[in-house]
Amino acid sequence: MDWPGRSAAGQGFCSCHVCGLVSRLEQDDLAARCPRCNTRLHFRRPDSLHRCWAFLIAAYILYIPANLMIMMETGTLVSYRKDTILSGVIHLWHNGNPGIAVIVFVASILVPLFKLVVLTLLLVSVRRGSTWGIKHRILLYRIVELVGRWSMLDIFVVTLLAALVQIQSFATVRAGTGAIAFGAVVVLTMFAAMEFDPRLMWDPLRKEREL
Amino acid sequence: MYRNLPDSINRSLALTVAASILYLIANSFPILGINLQGNGNAVTLLQAVHDLWSQDMPLVSSLTFVTAILVPALELCLMLYLLLPLYRGHLLPGTSQVMRLLQTIKPWGMVEVFMLGILVSLVKLVQDFNIIPGVALWSFGGLTLLLAALASSFNPRDVWTHLDLKQRREGL
Repeated sequence: MDWPGRSAAGQGFCSCHVCGLVSRLEQDDLAARCPRCNTRLHFRRPDSLHRCWAFLIAAYILYIPANLMIMMETGTLVSYRKDTILSGVIHLWHNGNPGIAVIVFVASILVPLFKLVVLTLLLVSVRRGSTWGIKHRILLYRIVELVGRWSMLDIFVVTLLAALVQIQSFATVRAGTGAIAFGAVVVLTMFAAMEFDPRLMWDPLRKEREL
Repeated sequence: MYRNLPDSINRSLALTVAASILYLIANSFPILGINLQGNGNAVTLLQAVHDLWSQDMPLVSSLTFVTAILVPALELCLMLYLLLPLYRGHLLPGTSQVMRLLQTIKPWGMVEVFMLGILVSLVKLVQDFNIIPGVALWSFGGLTLLLAALASSFNPRDVWTHLDLKQRREGL
């Protein structure tokens, strides 16, 4: 594939990530600030990859208890259930609304898994200086940023149900420890996606051309 | 690529004011009530957060508090701080800090996700209980729509253009 022109960073131009103003910058000027809004300027997010890895690894570790531990306990006069995320979805599929079950499945199971896998893929490909499928990888990053927040769905459902369903001996709902781990996974993967600087993906192209 | 929309400041201000009113209503009234053989319960969002806190779930409760109550409120306040003076053609001090803060907190405001959370809870409850939809249920629905409209009508470049003009004037 042919990429005409030189990159802005290669010519010493740097855009402010708050107000978008483009300024000329010395290559290793770490104290530079945007003349319009006074935000610190840098060509690439400092320590982007290290920080992203740190959040991502923490998210991987918590992903296990988030899926294995109890998310919600439901007790009524006739029944008592302990549900993990997955068993909650299955229960909803059989005893409620399959459409809603699909929504919860996507938000609570597919989206977190997708984020972990895609961010790992992006980090590894940037590390290896890969130029393969760059347009698809950019698209994947955009999707990760866009859909990440929807995983919070289950946290809100647990909050509402645990507060609302408190009718003495008739019916009670309690949040389980799985909810803590799950909330942490959502927050950590959001931080990881924010730390990742997608511009790093384009840098190998520049080096390739300069050779 | 996009152009500046006509009237973006007026529209954004109107939407912000409307959203602020709905926000107050949505947080003052119960979202849902349930009833089972004469025993019932109804909660506002703040009560729900408080109840979960007292059930030894401070982390989950704080997460809901920040994403569904605090950040949306802060966003609306900051928008008013920007847009009210801008409507009269000037800017208050600290505009660039406010813009930066808005950008930082934006991903953490999750009213639309919370709205879907209400609907999922509704479906889960409907088999076992009589549901009494609260005023806040409708208000959250309206708030979701208004915030989406606000996000598409507000153009940060309007603010930056004004800030440029102001700095140029002061520079002369």
